[in-house]
Amino acid sequence: MASPMDKREFIARRVAQEFRDGYYCNLGIGIPTMVPNYLPAGIEVILQSENGMLGIGPYPYEGEEDPDLINAGKEPVTEIPGCCYFTSADSFGMIRGRHIDASVLGALQVDEKGTLANWAVPGKILKGMGGAMDLVAGARRVIIAMEHATKEGTPKIMKKCTLPLTGVEVVDLIVTDLAVIEVTPKGLMLREVAPGVTPEAVQKVTEATLVRVPDLKTISV
Amino acid sequence: MDKRVANAEAVIGRVKDGATILMGGFGTCGVPENLINALRRQGTKNLTVASNNPGTDGYGIGVLIENQQVKKLIASFVGSNKFLEKLALNNGIEMELNPQGTLAERMRAAGAGIPAFFTPTGYGTMVAEGKEVREFGGRPHILVPSLKGDFAFVKAWKGDRWGNLMYRKTARNFNPVMATAAEYVVAEVEEMVELGKLDPDSVHTPGIFVDAIFQGTSYVKPIEPGPKRKRGE
Repeated sequence: MASPMDKREFIARRVAQEFRDGYYCNLGIGIPTMVPNYLPAGIEVILQSENGMLGIGPYPYEGEEDPDLINAGKEPVTEIPGCCYFTSADSFGMIRGRHIDASVLGALQVDEKGTLANWAVPGKILKGMGGAMDLVAGARRVIIAMEHATKEGTPKIMKKCTLPLTGVEVVDLIVTDLAVIEVTPKGLMLREVAPGVTPEAVQKVTEATLVRVPDLKTISV
Repeated sequence: MDKRVANAEAVIGRVKDGATILMGGFGTCGVPENLINALRRQGTKNLTVASNNPGTDGYGIGVLIENQQVKKLIASFVGSNKFLEKLALNNGIEMELNPQGTLAERMRAAGAGIPAFFTPTGYGTMVAEGKEVREFGGRPHILVPSLKGDFAFVKAWKGDRWGNLMYRKTARNFNPVMATAAEYVVAEVEEMVELGKLDPDSVHTPGIFVDAIFQGTSYVKPIEPGPKRKRGE
C-alpha cells in the first residue's frame, strides 16, 4: 500500500515517470493536475488547456489572478514564457488531430478493453462531458490516474463498464495506488505493483482478469 | 463603413422570441456581459442558447436561465449553475450536451460552409445515439451536423469600426468561432480603437464576420476560486 505517502501523490509521481522531454500534455482535474510537481529534472513538458492555451504556468499568488486567464477547470492560472493562446476550435483541432502526446484523466470505471466511463456520476444529474470525450478520442496516449477501487472497496477496473461511456477502447495505461496496468489486445497486463502489494491483492479489488507478466516490477517513486 | 453602434440596447431589439444565439465565453472568461444583460432587460423568451457553459448563479447566461428566458441550452459542461440543475430536474429547460470539441467544430463547420462532419469523438457513447456511423482508416466515426446561430454575441478585448477583433489570453475561447457562425454577429469590446491601430498580423477575428460592434461598460469579469501559490515557492 502506498502509505505513509499520500495515495494521490504516489499515483501522480508514478504517472510523472511516463512523461518524456518535449511532451505536450493535457491534464484532467484532480490527481492529474499534481503530476507536473514530480517531473524528473531536465524534462520539459508543455501543458495544454482545452479552452485555448499551451504553456500553463503555476497557480497565481493571492491577489494576482488575471480574470482573462483560467485553465479548463476554470481556475485562475499563470503563463510561462513561450506560452500561446488560440481558439477552442483550434484547441480541439490539436486534440482530435493527434497532436497531444498524453492525456491524463481520472476515471469512474475502466474495462478490460480500455473503454472508459468518467463523466456521469451515478445517481446525479448529468453535468456534461466537457472535453473528455475529445481528449480520449484524440490524444496519442491516454493515461488513467485513479485510486484502484472506490472508498467502499468496489472495483473500478471492470470486465465491462456499467456507467455512461466517455470513449470506447481508448485507454492505454492505468496507474493506481496499487498497480500499473497496460491495456493491450491480449487484455490488461499487470506490469507493476505497489511496494508490499501482491498480484493476488490487486486482483481481489479488480473485477477484470489481470494478465500476469513474467517480469512483474515493483513501483518505485 | 462603420459598424459601430452606441451600446447593446441599440441592437438587442433585433432578437425576437425563439431565436438561437451563440454566446461566447468559457467559465467567467470572455463573456458578452453587456449583451446578456440587455437581453435580460428585454425579456425575450424561448431562446435556444449555445455556449460552452451556462454561466454561474447570477452571472452570464445564468441570469437568462434564472429569468426563464432559455428554452434550450446547448453546452458541454453545466456543472457550475445550481439553479439550472434544479430547473433541469423539473424539466424546466431542455439540455443538449455536446463534447466540447464537437461543439466548437459544429460552429467552425457552419462558419466555413460545411453542413456536417464525421468525428471519432463520442463514438459508442450517449452522444452517438441515432447518429450515422462510418469507418475511416478502420476507425468508426459519427456524423455530426454543423451548428448555426441566428445571432452570435461575442466579447473581445479590442476592436475597430470595421469589426476587426483582438482577444486577450483565454478570454478568446469560443468567441472567434462563434463570430463566424451566425446570421447577425454583435461584438462588444473593452476598448474601441481607431481604424489602423490594431496590428494587422494580430487581428484574431477579421471584421468581415462582424455586423455590429460597441464598447461595453461596467465589466464585472468575476474571478472563480482556485488554488493559490504560496510566496517563496
